[in-house]
Parts: sequence; C-alpha cells; structure tokens
Amino acid sequence: MAPDTTHHRRTGLHRRNAPWGASPAVYTRALAKSYRGVPAVAGIDLSVEAGELFAFVGPNGAGKSTTMAMLCTLLRPTAGQARVAGVDVLADPVEVRRRIGLVLQDSACDGDLTVAEHLRFHAALHGMGRHETRRRMDEALDLLGLYDERDIRARALSGGGRRRLAIARGLLTSPQVLFLDEPTRGLDPAARAQVWEHLLQLRQHRALTMFLTTHYLEEADHCDHVGIIDGGRLLAHDSPAALRAALGTDRVHLRTADDRTAAMLLAQRMGVSATRGPDGLHLRLPGAAAAIPRLCAELRVPVLSVEVRRPGMDEVFLHYTGQRMGGSPA
Amino acid sequence: MIWIGRAGARRRMLWETRAAGVVWRREILRCLRNPAQVALVLSQPLIYLVVLGTGLGSLIPDAPPVGDYRTYLFPGVLVMTVYLPAVATGVSIAIDRETGFLREMLVAPVHRASLLAGRCAGGTTVAACQGALVLALAGVARLPYDPALLATLAAELTLIAFTLTTLVTLLAVSVGRRQTLHAVLGFTITPMIFLSGALFPVSGLPSWLAGLALANPLTYVIDPLRQTIAPYLNGRASMTAGQPAAVRELAVTAVVGLLALLLAARRMARAG
Repeated sequence: MAPDTTHHRRTGLHRRNAPWGASPAVYTRALAKSYRGVPAVAGIDLSVEAGELFAFVGPNGAGKSTTMAMLCTLLRPTAGQARVAGVDVLADPVEVRRRIGLVLQDSACDGDLTVAEHLRFHAALHGMGRHETRRRMDEALDLLGLYDERDIRARALSGGGRRRLAIARGLLTSPQVLFLDEPTRGLDPAARAQVWEHLLQLRQHRALTMFLTTHYLEEADHCDHVGIIDGGRLLAHDSPAALRAALGTDRVHLRTADDRTAAMLLAQRMGVSATRGPDGLHLRLPGAAAAIPRLCAELRVPVLSVEVRRPGMDEVFLHYTGQRMGGSPA
Repeated sequence: MIWIGRAGARRRMLWETRAAGVVWRREILRCLRNPAQVALVLSQPLIYLVVLGTGLGSLIPDAPPVGDYRTYLFPGVLVMTVYLPAVATGVSIAIDRETGFLREMLVAPVHRASLLAGRCAGGTTVAACQGALVLALAGVARLPYDPALLATLAAELTLIAFTLTTLVTLLAVSVGRRQTLHAVLGFTITPMIFLSGALFPVSGLPSWLAGLALANPLTYVIDPLRQTIAPYLNGRASMTAGQPAAVRELAVTAVVGLLALLLAARRMARAG
C-alpha cells in the first residue's frame, strides 16, 4: 500500500521537478462525447499534474475508456476541450500522439511476433532511428523485466507477460504521459501485483505522468489522485486519503479485560464515546493510528487487542456512486 | 506550418516508407511462421488442378476451344492461388481490429495510407510467392517451361495479386466485423470462380449468366492470363505481343487496385 501521507490540493502546483513546467499533463474543460445524442461522457473538468499517478475508477460503461480515448485522440470529442502534455487534442492530434504512450485494453499483441519484434515494429512506426531503438528497447525490456524473454513469441507469454510487453511498448517512445486502459484487467493476483510493482518502479525512474483506468479499487490506493466517474460525470477527484477522510473518521475495535471501566475512562479522559458490544468496544477516533498509543496509556486496564479500520476505497466508491464495484447489474 | 522544407519532406517520406516497410515485414513474418497455414492455402488450387483437372479432363474431349482441360484450368488455378492469400490479408486486418493491434498501429504518427500500403504490399508479396510456386507446376498443365512465358505470367500474377489484395482490404476496412467479412467472402468466392471462365468458357452461357460473368472482376484477370498462354500452346511460339485486349484488361486491373487502395485508406482515416 502506498503511503499517502501528503494530501496535495488539486489546484496546487506541487510537482516542480517535472521537466515540462507547471502546465498540467492532462487538462480538460467540459469534455463531452455523445453517440447519436446519447451522452457517454457528459462534461468532465479534470486536471492531472505532471508526474502524477492518476486513476480513473468507475463501473462498466461509466465513461472511463471513452474519456481516455478522447485524450489519446482516438475519439473526437463532441464538446469541450482537452489538452494533453500541453497540446490541444483537437488542434494538433498528431503532436499529442508523439507525446503520449498508450497501453490499450487486452494488450493488443500479435502472437506471431517476438517481444523484441513488437518493440522494433512500434519504434519504426514512431520514426525512431536504429541506435535509439536499440538503446530504448533494452531499457524498456529491463524496466518491465522482459529482457530474458525478448526472443520469445508473444503467443508463448503469460497474460501478465503480454501486459508487461504492452507497457514496455507504450514506454518505448519516452512519452510524457502514459495512458493505461485497465492494465491489470483479467490477470491473476500474482500477475497483477507484478504489473503494479513495475508501474511503481517506473515512477522512480522517469518523470512520467501515468493516467490509468482500473476496476480494482485497491489499486486506486497506489495513486496520487483518484477520479471517480459514473454516468459520464466526474463525481469526485482527490487523493485516496482525502476521499477516505471525507467519509468520516477511522473506526477502532478494542478488546480489554474490563470493557465497562475502559468505556468510562475513554469518556472521561479522551472525550470519546464508545459503544459496548459482546465482542468489545467500538469507537470512532480521528487519526486513530497516531492516537492509539495515548489511548492505551490512558486506559489503565489491560488491553487485549486493538483493531483500526480505515474506510476502504470500496466504501468511498459506494458512497459516491451508490453501488458496489463489480456486483452491480450495470 | 504548411512549409516543411525539402529536408523535412524527405525525412518525412523516409519515415513513411520505413513504417510501410515494417508493416510489410510483419506480413512476411506471419507467413513464414505459419507454414502449415501456407500449405493449407496452397493445397486448394492444387486440388483443383490435379483432381478436378484430371477428373473432368477425362470427360472433356481434347479439342478447341478448351484443349487439354488441365491447360484450360491453369489460369483459374493461378488466380485462385493468389486470391486465397489476399483473403487472408483481409481477414488479418479484421483480426487486428478485434485484438486492438490495428488501433495500436493507427495511433502512431504516420499516415494511414502508408500502413495500408505496407500491408497490401506484404499481402501481394506473399500471394505472388505462392503464385510462383504453383507456376512451377506448369508442366502438369502441359505448358512449356519457356522463360518468357513464365516471367510474363509471374508479372501478371503479381499485378492480379495486388488488385485482389487491395479489393479484399477495402472490403475488410468497410465491413469491420470478422464474421461479416467471412460470410461475404465465403458467399461470393464460389459464384465468382464459376462465372469467371476459370472452369468453363463463359461464351456458352445464357445471356443472364454471361451478364453476371461480365460484372465479375475475376473474369478480367483470368482472360489476360489465358491470352498470354495461348500462343505457347501446341508448340508454336508465334503471335508475339499485340494482344490489345489483354493489355487493356491489365491496365484496368492496375487502376482498380490503386483506386481500392486509396478508398480503403480514406475509409480507414474516417473510421479513426
């Protein structure tokens, strides 16, 4: 789990180390797309700072992929505007394509080509010279842990391997913004963890903005900011910690040798009211993790166990969309 | 900026050519790595030539206008040999669209016409190579191994392969779904071969069927092959050149091929 200790305000220009200045990596204003009058994306205002790891979460058909396709110039918006890496997607889509990397759903590989051939193919399409190709190819293979598999045909790779190949391909052109459409979809937990390990490692190696969509809410916790989208609208946009904080405080489950005395002491000394249940005490405590040592010191009765529960991303999601991820009839 | 400068334009051209080149290379690799599939595709025209040619040939008297039936069948067999790889190119475009590989190519900052040209060049190369393999069986069809004849046929076949590839590509780009493409191609192949003069002369057909034969593009690619072969039959290598009909048909074939390529590029540009 990524430690999200600092909560950056959306408007703040907190990443000054980014090489392309202070303009956001992705910026949209009232961006919309409708098909025959039916809106798929109904006006999204979004700003993702350079160097950020941003995740779009939302149920199927929420408009995640449509929004991403517009940002990647694969779809033409019906209204609004969008700038990616400082370039307007409508005014100069070709320049946008030069500045972005794209990892599409289902990781589009040709089973007959080897890993290295995929990368060379991609490099040639993007006008990279031979020397540059070789250098960046080795680097990308290394970063995604595919170096030993470079002469293996894509058909023979595992699902996770193919996904890593797609990510390596997306990185090959040294993009400013890397778009990943559900990079872990359909992978088993081990492969998912591996893909994430590489994604997080990437952040340390490169000044790279990553914009991804995901179905898995626990993955949103790895990100700097999360956008919750449903019905084509952006319902919330903040850091995971702030989104959780907005839902209320942490919950503590306490078991002591003498619950009655403990409850009384809690009320007297800390001003916290606890409810007594058959399994112990339940209470709400802001900043619980930091408050626990003091709590134990004040109680003076033997504490058997302490359990702190923070509101999870699935609760955040439920709060904003009114439905649980995955289980909804969509 | 409209003005790029000559050096910029040249670099741009080089880039586009290289992009087309890797797409071409991918088609060749795909073919080389699936030898079983190539063998399967090659077997079909061979079955026609050896089985149908020999079987039906025993029923048909060895006389004009047909002559030895296997000789008569040969131009059709050659066209079938290049038609099937052309279909494979179209189907592979539909597969690429389904897997998302097409999108991955389209997002590259190169002209879509370059991508399509590379693809069709690849399909044409594969088809022409397979055509050359079948051409090597000219002896089975009682044709002399005359270098001029074989070279002419090979050149004509390459042109035909190009046009058929671009036509199927246009269809694949327009249709989109693989199932629909399969259905359309599967439904049209048999009547097109029957009504092309490949198996029997269309001159003997009732007028409504002859009309269909005239509307069949395969008719116009089989006829020039037949005309190329004709002077070499019965050991007389006379009547050189001077076949205006064949030249005209080949010219039309080339124009149709280029038009199909341009149309397909336009359609693909709009689909994006």
